[in-house]
Amino acid sequence: MRIRFEKRLAPSRFMQVATPIASVLLTMLLGAAIFELIGFDGPHAIYETFITPIVAPYKWQDVLTKAAPLIIIALGLSLGNQAKIWNIGAEGQYIIGALAGAGVAFALPNAEGFWAIPLMIGAGILGGMAWAAIPAFLKTRYSVSEVLSTLMLVYVALQVLNYLIGGPWKDPNGHNFPQTPPFTPAESLPNVLPGTVIPPGFVVAIVLTLVFWLLTTRSVYGFSVRTVGAAPNAARYGGFDASRTVWSTLMISGGMAGLAGILEAMSQLGQINLGFPSGYGFTAIIVSFLGRLHPIGVFLAGLILAVTYVGGQVAQTVVHVPNATAGIFQATMLFFILASDILVRYRVRVIRDAPRAKAAAAGASA
Amino acid sequence: MKSEAPLRLQLVGVSKSFPGVRANDNVSLRVKPGEIHALLGENGAGKSTLVKMIYGILAPDEGQIIFDGSPQRISNPRAARRLGIGMVFQHFSLFEAMTVLENIALGLDSRLPQRELLAQFNRVLEAYHLKLDPRRVVSTLSVGERQRIEIVRALLLNPRLLIMDEPTSVLTPQEVEQLFETLKHLASSGCSILYISHKLHEIVALCDTATILRGGRVVAACDPKRETSRSMAEMMIGANLKEIAKPAGRVFGEPKLAAGSLSLPKPSEFGVALKDVALLVRAGEIFGVAGVAGNGQNELLSAVSGETLALNPGAIVLAGRPVGRLGVNERRNMGLCAVPEERNGHAAVSEFSLTDNASLTGRETMDMVWYGLIDPGKAREYASDVIGAFTVKATGPGALAGSLSGGNLQKFIMGREIMQRPEALVVCQPTWGVDAGAAAAIHQAIVDLAARGSAVLVISQDLDELLTLCDTIAVINLGRMSPPMKVGEVSIEEIGLLMGGVHGDPAATAEMTEALHAHPI
Repeated sequence: MRIRFEKRLAPSRFMQVATPIASVLLTMLLGAAIFELIGFDGPHAIYETFITPIVAPYKWQDVLTKAAPLIIIALGLSLGNQAKIWNIGAEGQYIIGALAGAGVAFALPNAEGFWAIPLMIGAGILGGMAWAAIPAFLKTRYSVSEVLSTLMLVYVALQVLNYLIGGPWKDPNGHNFPQTPPFTPAESLPNVLPGTVIPPGFVVAIVLTLVFWLLTTRSVYGFSVRTVGAAPNAARYGGFDASRTVWSTLMISGGMAGLAGILEAMSQLGQINLGFPSGYGFTAIIVSFLGRLHPIGVFLAGLILAVTYVGGQVAQTVVHVPNATAGIFQATMLFFILASDILVRYRVRVIRDAPRAKAAAAGASA
Repeated sequence: MKSEAPLRLQLVGVSKSFPGVRANDNVSLRVKPGEIHALLGENGAGKSTLVKMIYGILAPDEGQIIFDGSPQRISNPRAARRLGIGMVFQHFSLFEAMTVLENIALGLDSRLPQRELLAQFNRVLEAYHLKLDPRRVVSTLSVGERQRIEIVRALLLNPRLLIMDEPTSVLTPQEVEQLFETLKHLASSGCSILYISHKLHEIVALCDTATILRGGRVVAACDPKRETSRSMAEMMIGANLKEIAKPAGRVFGEPKLAAGSLSLPKPSEFGVALKDVALLVRAGEIFGVAGVAGNGQNELLSAVSGETLALNPGAIVLAGRPVGRLGVNERRNMGLCAVPEERNGHAAVSEFSLTDNASLTGRETMDMVWYGLIDPGKAREYASDVIGAFTVKATGPGALAGSLSGGNLQKFIMGREIMQRPEALVVCQPTWGVDAGAAAAIHQAIVDLAARGSAVLVISQDLDELLTLCDTIAVINLGRMSPPMKVGEVSIEEIGLLMGGVHGDPAATAEMTEALHAHPI
């Protein structure tokens, strides 16, 4: 008996939806098994990680808070991924976006006007775009792989952050901690919308999900991005410019990461400190693939990954699993989603006692 | 008598299936020693699958292969060669930077000292009256000469059966004649030849018997000398062949599409530079560009369509307006449509639906765009219109382009461009790898478009196609274009001489060879 993969004539719609769901379920199963094997209460850990954040009402706000940056960043990344432009440095663009927004706040002393918030948000977007412009320039001008340049710039961004909060922007009243002064109320967004548990970033995420849905499924621009990703020659023939697509997708994904960064700084931390880079930019890559690069899918995947963040903390305190739990679950999920991709394009056939001739044929044609 | 001797090759009830297709269904055929046997069929009829089984690349699901009277299980090409089966593929596998002899040495199963190999090489050349310089570097050779390397490589094994897969598709008429001489000589010395083709006049001229495949089955075995090209074509496609209706006494109108002193540098290492190309296509005229593959055809198409911008605006003129510096979209909106040679990934995106492929080029000309958004209803409607008008076999506008057969996808692509009612249309290899039925439909559509007053530029390697379709013909060789000639007044020999070959200039090739030998890599 052998197992053979046969190419499907068309990618399976069913598998496109089923594989992300199966990935989450398999992650839970595998996670339970692993924690059981290393001596924890596996099922309990899974329950606390995946279920508690959903059923406990007071955890909802946490989930939505974590989901917002993940969704906002992943929407931008998905667009680039559709064009096969792999921005894996969203974390850096997120950091620089927040720093640019903070810089505006610090440059305008006594910023009390209503314009402080839009100005900071605008600067955050531009900061992320500027950071992404470096790989875009390197790729279109010198064919430097954006995979390398975007990732490497994350570490540069971290150093910029360390320098600024430990040096020029250090809070004079901060007991020598490396952190910026807190934003004034006029420079901050409320943690949640008044009278609700909904964080403002999450509202932005909902609106942007709809905008990106329109952009990817209906617009000429979204079509051009998909075409560049699927067949560069056909894109050129159809009148779409490849380097313009490199620029635009990196600008959009960089801008989105920058936006997520400044929103996070303005509503959650109220300042920028060493704990600011929390890995959202990397986790958003998982969100993008788990959501199959589709805005609605990304929205749902963002919620799921946010659950693992919140649940990871719950499991840490309740089941005493290690700090790395959430990371392990997220990585396992990405592994399953990428591995199960083959089921979308291929059909699995189980063949019983194949005659030798067939075996030889399969070998020769493979 | 020959019939007393065992058959050289006999297939009995051979079948082979791939997922979703039965490529060969109970195929039987008999090849006598010294016979030139044609294997005839449209693309997708199962010819290639059949010969791949004979050459050991694929294994049959059912049936028997009997070689020289004894049943064989041929598990790989090396085993096939050991039996005395040689094969010359349509696409050559040669190292461009190496010499003829080095390439031959690399292709042999056994290691031979160079001196002995050279002696054998010369013996084969002499025996079959072939000309080939063993020290020449492959990149300096014409396609015909490259094919000769493959033939010599096969002949060095003293084959008893030689399989030739579409050998003439890249040759000039003169090269075809030389090849036929060689094959006839080879057959007279006792080697059987299995000759795969869909060019009927060649089969009439060359072959002793023919087996015709359709849809994976043998539909007829006949003597080509007693058949006409037409009767065999009808057996091949299983229907009556339609003549192209070309209105007589055509008059041409205004100049619609022109190129003047169009020069472009090589797009890449392996590309061809265009040198001072000039052409003029008038309204209602079909202008053909003949040439052997790789002489600048694709570069010419890109320059005309706008995928590559010309160096000055006047190099391409569309209906009196210089467009050389305008991009694809601008030219298209001015009425210039194009169909590049490669269907998958260039003229169409295989993983996209036909609807999406319709908006790839038709979104602006067919008015599908509204403030940057594509109207999916209009795109679907246009795709359905194309499917209907060009009888494209597809499940509907939602079908993926990659799920269509080559002929159907080509009909869709041609239809998509033609139904935009272009002022001028430029197509490269409009019927490459397309079955006879679809090819006839495409030819008719081109003729009809011209009859409505459009200018059509057809770039093709298929000389027969150009001669039946075009009013005017020119030849492209090494990126240079010959002056235009009237079809009907020019002979095939003249065109063949102009086609020359990839590197037809003997002085230049000698120089290159010298240089490469002086500085070995």
